[in-house]
Amino acid sequence: MKKIIFGILVLFCSAALVAQEKNKKIAFEVDGVCEMCKIRIEKAALGVPGVKYALWDIPSHQLSLIVDERKTNPMKIKSALVAVGHDTKELKASQEAYDSVHPCCKYRDGDLEDSEHH
Amino acid sequence: MKLYIAIILTLLFSVPMLSQDKVDGMVMEANSVGKHIGLSGANVYWMNSQIGTVTNEEGLFAIPYSKEYRKLIISFVGFESDTLTINEPKTIHHSLQPSNELDEVVVAQKKEAVKKAYFSAQNVITVNSAELLKAACCNLSESFETNPAIDVNFSDALTGTKQIQMLGLTSPYLLITQENIPMVRGASQAFGLTFTPGTWVESIQITKGAGSVVNGYESISGQINTELVKPLTDKSLFVNGYANRNGRLELNTHFNRKLTDKLSMGFYIHGNRRDAKEDRNDDGFLDAPLANQLNVMNRWQYQNPETGWVSFINFRFLNDEKQVGQVNFNPEKDRFTTNSWGSEINTRRFDSSIKLGYVFPELPFQSVGFQASYSKHKQDSYYGFRAYDIEHESMYSNLIFNSIIGNTRSKFKTGITLAYDGYEEVVNTQDFDRKDNSIGAFFEYSYEDLEKISLTAGVRVDTHNRLGTFITPRLHVRYTPWEKASLRGSFGRGKRAANIFAENQQLFASSRSIQIVDAGGSIYGLDPEDAWNYGVSFLQGFTFLERPGNITFDFYRTDFRNQVVVDWENPRAVFFFNLEGKSFANSFQIELNHEILNNLEFRTAYKYYNVKTDYRSGSLQKPLLAPHRFFANLGYETESKENGAQWRFDYTLHTLGEQRLPNTDVNPPEFRLGEFTKGYSLMNAQVTKVFSKAFEVYVGGENLTNFRQMNPVLSADDPFGANFDTSIVYAPIMGRMFYGGFRFSL
Repeated sequence: MKKIIFGILVLFCSAALVAQEKNKKIAFEVDGVCEMCKIRIEKAALGVPGVKYALWDIPSHQLSLIVDERKTNPMKIKSALVAVGHDTKELKASQEAYDSVHPCCKYRDGDLEDSEHH
Repeated sequence: MKLYIAIILTLLFSVPMLSQDKVDGMVMEANSVGKHIGLSGANVYWMNSQIGTVTNEEGLFAIPYSKEYRKLIISFVGFESDTLTINEPKTIHHSLQPSNELDEVVVAQKKEAVKKAYFSAQNVITVNSAELLKAACCNLSESFETNPAIDVNFSDALTGTKQIQMLGLTSPYLLITQENIPMVRGASQAFGLTFTPGTWVESIQITKGAGSVVNGYESISGQINTELVKPLTDKSLFVNGYANRNGRLELNTHFNRKLTDKLSMGFYIHGNRRDAKEDRNDDGFLDAPLANQLNVMNRWQYQNPETGWVSFINFRFLNDEKQVGQVNFNPEKDRFTTNSWGSEINTRRFDSSIKLGYVFPELPFQSVGFQASYSKHKQDSYYGFRAYDIEHESMYSNLIFNSIIGNTRSKFKTGITLAYDGYEEVVNTQDFDRKDNSIGAFFEYSYEDLEKISLTAGVRVDTHNRLGTFITPRLHVRYTPWEKASLRGSFGRGKRAANIFAENQQLFASSRSIQIVDAGGSIYGLDPEDAWNYGVSFLQGFTFLERPGNITFDFYRTDFRNQVVVDWENPRAVFFFNLEGKSFANSFQIELNHEILNNLEFRTAYKYYNVKTDYRSGSLQKPLLAPHRFFANLGYETESKENGAQWRFDYTLHTLGEQRLPNTDVNPPEFRLGEFTKGYSLMNAQVTKVFSKAFEVYVGGENLTNFRQMNPVLSADDPFGANFDTSIVYAPIMGRMFYGGFRFSL
């Protein structure tokens, strides 16, 4: 009996793991500095089909998303972010893409303070 | 070492395939029995690249191969990440080891979205509380003195009421809302703005042009929304006292309490009175009314971020008494006699409203809002022998659903509006009772690409027992052609029932006869007003002398398909009739804002109006409207010290060109006013000394050049004669005036 319940539980859990949610909340870090970055990051994320909502928090660098998992996955979104010049944990922007961001958004320099005004 | 094993593993599992330029394979969970359990959702990406993918439900993946990349990283939350060295396209089967450490996932607290006015499709000007403090006195109608979008005019020679205009049209053509619930309308049209004390106002949003369809169909030239202070964010105690040289006293107190984490309550009391009789122009008439107002509001605010519920409940009671007319008028003895001419306007009003909002906790872009209000407004008044009583009972409710189409760049609002207005109106002995009810549905779509384009397109359909069934479309578009620029365009329709007496009460204080040219319409025998508004606006931000500034060009046109024309070109009468022919209002404005020196803000504007209507005597420029107006405002503040101490200085100049006067040619020569007034300038200044965040004192002066209209009351010596008229007022009656006050807060 215990085994059956355990089996069902496992099944249930794995089903939950595989289930593709229509409104899945995900969050990850994206490098950036300012209000301009925020617009660029959110715009790039929303440009990916299946991304419904994107909010990049300047102080924490967290990008919170609500996505339709049937249409997209985090890597697709990260590809779109690096394409506009913003590094993620996994994917890094090409030098060319990074060079295209506004001077005030040069997060790789490290000496720029986070700020909302640019 | 791990890398080494991984490489061996990879080599073991790999089946070389030469003809492909991708790496594919399967990511699995390492387990002791060697079972192949695919890991779904694992990250597979080339180190320092832009290329990555996620494994599918079976754990399978495919990633493009390129010679520049050698290191393939496979990672998944809860497992050790592995880096594989790949030298050629191939198929990989790789197992990840469960890790004891969980990657830390920080879910940041969500901030309230900041409204980006710069990106909004609508031409919205937000007046915040700092700006409101520049006009220290006293109520909403006086809050626009430092803002060029709105013109403040004088409505009559008696009540001292200020009338606002936007795009050359008076306030009945504006939709005036309080927290998005229609507020100043119907019976409260003439004095409603004076019933909101200035300190209660947190901010004002002025939308030029058609506006949104969400709040109804009535707005024609624009919308003014007032946000009141909120119990949760307002000071726990606030006291403001004000006194001026003309004997006006005001007192405002706010009490706010946080009752629980989620529930706050506010109590706001406003009182003002003037009992000093002023007649500086010696015409025997009071320059300003004897007044007495008590205004009390109780607000409840509930907010629960976990469940997503937000709610406001408001109750307000107002009692306002005004006495105007001849200085020696005593209401007890002289009412309805020819002893002396006088008038009393007594208003009682009760307001209540509820707002309920629910934001879906899992879907921050989806929400439901419900607003409902009930108000009862009762005005008992007489102007000489003319009695005017109006009772207006109003109910309004609006249900709004907000969501998105695809993603948050495409949003929509849709909902249903129900409204009821019951009027009991008596002019002398004639009854004008009516009941209006309407139901409507709206849909508003908005799109923004977060950069160059945004658009708001709305439509509503309403069925109204007097206005009929009609469609109200409205469209706003914004385009950013280059940096710091915004080009906006809008058009839209508005329709409304004109409350001819309530809106034109100032005409009662004259010997004019009132004539309604009955056309068999549904409102006083007249038809509803119906107009289209079109506008374009261009905003350009710039940096000059290393300081920011902006310049705006606006052009708006309102075209009336029908208007209830108020024709007072005959000094013996006022005629109300349906427009026959043309009526339009064109307005052009240039506004420049610049910080000329550190902390010295300069704002200037020039406005040109061309407002023409076909009157009985032909097409004429609207009377008492200056086609040319100039505005300038200078504001300076010293750096604020740590405790908030600073000085603030503010100076405003209004210059009005000549204004056309209503025709007085048939009057006897001594009561003819000519065709135009001369232009004039008005100046106001104010100094505020902030001692600390808790206490500040201000002094100021209005009408510093002491410009006055010397004959505001025609035939003041014979108020019961045929030529008596108090409605032709184009300049201040009060001369130079000084005031002072304090603000204390905890």
